[in-house]
Amino acid sequence: MGIAATALPLAGELDSRDAALLGALENGLPLVARPYAAVGALLDMPEAEVLARLARLREVQVIKRWGVVVRHRELGYRANGMVVWDVPDHRVATLGRRLSHFPCVTLCYRRPRRPPDWNYNLFTMIHGRDEAGVRANLGHLVASCRLEGVTHEVLFSERRFKQRGARYLGGYAGTAGRAVVPS
Amino acid sequence: MAMGTDFSPLERALLNDHQHDFPLCPRPFAELARRHGVDEDTVIRVLQGLQGSGAVSRVGAVVRPNRIGASTLAAMAVPQADLERVARLVNGFDEVNHNYERRHEYNLWFVVAAPSRQGLSRVLADIEGATGLPVLDLPMLEDYFIDLGFSIQWE
Repeated sequence: MGIAATALPLAGELDSRDAALLGALENGLPLVARPYAAVGALLDMPEAEVLARLARLREVQVIKRWGVVVRHRELGYRANGMVVWDVPDHRVATLGRRLSHFPCVTLCYRRPRRPPDWNYNLFTMIHGRDEAGVRANLGHLVASCRLEGVTHEVLFSERRFKQRGARYLGGYAGTAGRAVVPS
Repeated sequence: MAMGTDFSPLERALLNDHQHDFPLCPRPFAELARRHGVDEDTVIRVLQGLQGSGAVSRVGAVVRPNRIGASTLAAMAVPQADLERVARLVNGFDEVNHNYERRHEYNLWFVVAAPSRQGLSRVLADIEGATGLPVLDLPMLEDYFIDLGFSIQWE
């Protein structure tokens, strides 16, 4: 199994208090009047420090997005099509950037091929209210980017067995002060 | 379950407008209340309702993959009759955060996160051991999308 090529050096970016804070937030902010103070109380961290650390983590983009995280299916977006493409390796970055500009594309990633079982190297997620809508958007992508000759498949989601935020740090318990971030 | 058309204007605003713009100040819900012309308690109560019904997963951070810890997208080709049992086994791993059935020979897709790449490999090996099925390990190599959330088109 390969190591992700984009794993970035962490030196100077995160200390153990940042890690403890992110661990405490893995289930989200408590919905109370002073949520940052409430999180800080769990960690013995002043509210002002919680706010300052979160602002910095956003600035250095360890936190990519800070806000309300919605579940698409509950909002009426029942169709979730994962489109997988077999793109020549020298074209994948250009095409990935191009596809990610279409509003219907909600995620776009390069992933490794695993021959002989899996030969797709580009993944785009398209959310729609129904499958016909997803297929129409896919047709639009294919036509706009001249992808008729590129092998691809769309995998529609069926049952959702689990959906929650990632727990890189194993949740709150015991993370305070622990040096959890690998180098 | 509430669908697109069932949400009130305040619910729609809270769902759509603050996916990447949530205030970092001591009383963030009071700040949202000020912007939407309601009071702080109302904002908190409405968000609690949205979280209770499942429309809101959480208010918090989406962490960039590979900046802390390690994560991967994994897939398995599971005999259809065995899918529920295998999905339950996979769900049983706390490191698994999303787990979906998809219509394909590879019909079970899940995301695994762990503090380190070594830890991640161990979890994948344990899942293979528990299920007796091989796991495709498809870590993200490059992210082409700056995730600014999800712009909801109300019906």
